[in-house]
Amino acid sequence: MSKVVIRAEHVSKQYRLGQVGTGTLSHDLKRWWALVRGKEDPYLKVGSENDRTQVAKSDYAWALRDINFEINQGDTLGIIGKNGAGKSTLLKLLSRVTSPTTGQIKVRGRIASLLEVGTGFHPELTGRENIFLNGAILGMTRKEILRKFDEIVDFAGVQMYIDTPVKRYSSGMYVRLAFGVAAHLEPEILIVDEVLAVGDAEFQKKCLGKMSDVASHGRTIIFVSHNMQAVQSLCKTAIYLKAGQITDIGPTDKVINNYLSREVTNRISIEWENEATAPGNEYIRMVSARIDPKLLKDMDVMSVATEIDVVFEFYLHKACNLNISFFLSTPGGLIIFNVATPSVALEAGMHRSKLTIPARLLNDDIYTIRLYFVKDMGAVIFDIEDILTFEVVDEARTGSWFGKWPGAVRPALPFTLT
Amino acid sequence: MTDAKSNDTDKWDINITSGSGYLDFHFDELWHYRDLLIMFVKKDIITVYKQTILGPIWFVVQPLLTSIMFFVIFSRVAHISTGAVPAVLFYLIGTTLWGYFSDTMNVTSKTFTDNATVFGKVYFPRIILPLSKVVSGLVKFLIQFSLFAAVWLYYVFVSKQVTPNWYVLLAPVWLCFVVLLSFGFGIIITSLTTKYRDLIFLVGFGVQLAMYVTPVIIPLSEIQGKKKLLFLLNPLTSLFEAFKYGFFGQGVFDIKWLTYSVVFTLVTITLGFIIFNKVEKRFIDTV
Repeated sequence: MSKVVIRAEHVSKQYRLGQVGTGTLSHDLKRWWALVRGKEDPYLKVGSENDRTQVAKSDYAWALRDINFEINQGDTLGIIGKNGAGKSTLLKLLSRVTSPTTGQIKVRGRIASLLEVGTGFHPELTGRENIFLNGAILGMTRKEILRKFDEIVDFAGVQMYIDTPVKRYSSGMYVRLAFGVAAHLEPEILIVDEVLAVGDAEFQKKCLGKMSDVASHGRTIIFVSHNMQAVQSLCKTAIYLKAGQITDIGPTDKVINNYLSREVTNRISIEWENEATAPGNEYIRMVSARIDPKLLKDMDVMSVATEIDVVFEFYLHKACNLNISFFLSTPGGLIIFNVATPSVALEAGMHRSKLTIPARLLNDDIYTIRLYFVKDMGAVIFDIEDILTFEVVDEARTGSWFGKWPGAVRPALPFTLT
Repeated sequence: MTDAKSNDTDKWDINITSGSGYLDFHFDELWHYRDLLIMFVKKDIITVYKQTILGPIWFVVQPLLTSIMFFVIFSRVAHISTGAVPAVLFYLIGTTLWGYFSDTMNVTSKTFTDNATVFGKVYFPRIILPLSKVVSGLVKFLIQFSLFAAVWLYYVFVSKQVTPNWYVLLAPVWLCFVVLLSFGFGIIITSLTTKYRDLIFLVGFGVQLAMYVTPVIIPLSEIQGKKKLLFLLNPLTSLFEAFKYGFFGQGVFDIKWLTYSVVFTLVTITLGFIIFNKVEKRFIDTV
């Protein structure tokens, strides 16, 4: 059985909200006074849960609260969670950039962290000088760098410019060189933040390849990313952080499913109970809208293989001939399709509309819905944008290719080969 | 689970906790990062004269021009005596030593604020950075000192206006204490200014004033009365005087006040290490 290389015990991290100013001094003095009398820090008892959308109730917030986990040697651990869930704070603690407010993390072996590529690069220095400087900052000795030097230059593909100051490099060359140094680190534990977000697709592939290489050599990797595909293909286990606490920990597939079902489908249902604040105008008042996926099992998430119903209710103030135009688009603004109901003579009162999106039409992506209410087949009387937002995820694939499936839609069309 | 338990008895290499003991230094770790220290020093030296034609020669221009300026203003215009020592020689060593002290202290006292971006992304023993400034400052000092040495040799052997004595061999010791003092002050100030920056404004001004109670322009022997005590209370005074005593055979070499300076320096540097060690763990949250 492999040994534990990292153990986090009751790790919490508190941050002060607002600015450092004269008010902080009085807190510091009270804290110091408590310390002198041998009492507990009075400000550790307070602190809001880390939810950015709420107005803070206190001056302190917990970025992480009571985190416990263990990592074995050779494990690849993914950390997922929304922005602000505490992922970066956890990485900062693990890489010793800052220290926890309470609790402790025990580590066995050398840690190298890549919270950013090219930390400490100096624009005036040449590529060669920067390789040595950056390598040393990341914890390599001169000997190690010398041994890896040619490999790094090869990886980055900057042979020609190696004695040119990096300020003259293109941004691509700069990133490749920086990642090249980082990729050739040989620590027992490697901590990687979303540095893969930079660079072109080919380069990302190269980096992912390099990382799984590292992992297969018995070294431990901790990886934070928003790219579920990458986490899934690289990590055996995952931690799902929410508001500074571990919501789920376990096999990657299970954790990712849990994450997607809770977080990304961020507005699949909405009801406006208060008539005064409900969106609407003199013709229309919205009542509710929801996405209703036909899931086979309870734990399932909406995937490209799921049939989806979109249901919405509204109140019509005056009788009229009405039809509804439905737009499905990506958050980037690309309209995937636009469908319209026939025009119907409706009485004043509550009405209900339903659209069914068949399985195997949409690609895996995030979608938003926009509705036009059209009177007498001509005048738009009400227009509501982003009424719902939902994510369709990829289904489990067989084979060895895990890249993003291209295309705005992914219809199942009859396609034969004989 | 049995495996996990047996692991506990093994040694953990790193323990990341909220606080640290006051004397919890990791000198073995510093040794591992020695190459980083060398790289930082190289960077400091190289980047100064990148894209210049004269290169490192620029290092000596600064003390040279300052000395000439002092010579014109203080010696020719204000007629302030430098004792038996030729004025140019006196100013040259004074500005070189003082330049080292104030530059090193200024740059190390900004360690945390200036390097927050690097410190925020990667761990290495933080003390490496101010340490590298101390060393690169020394390299610069040695270049400037060779200018002084050349002028000094001229006065000793050609014009024979200066007679050194054997105390000159102790000069490196006094230099060493000047180094430690600037380093100590620097890391104390940077540690104290991570959260409250008020001190920075005082320091900049204070260092400027401090030059006038250090024998840079006037030798200690030319100062009388109460002002003399003010000079002597400045720990740099005795160190500067002792340094010059060996080279010029002139100056004040007072064991009592030298002891004061040495003790002052050792206390400062120890205090500096303790505070720095305490602050480095969490400064990134408040800087």
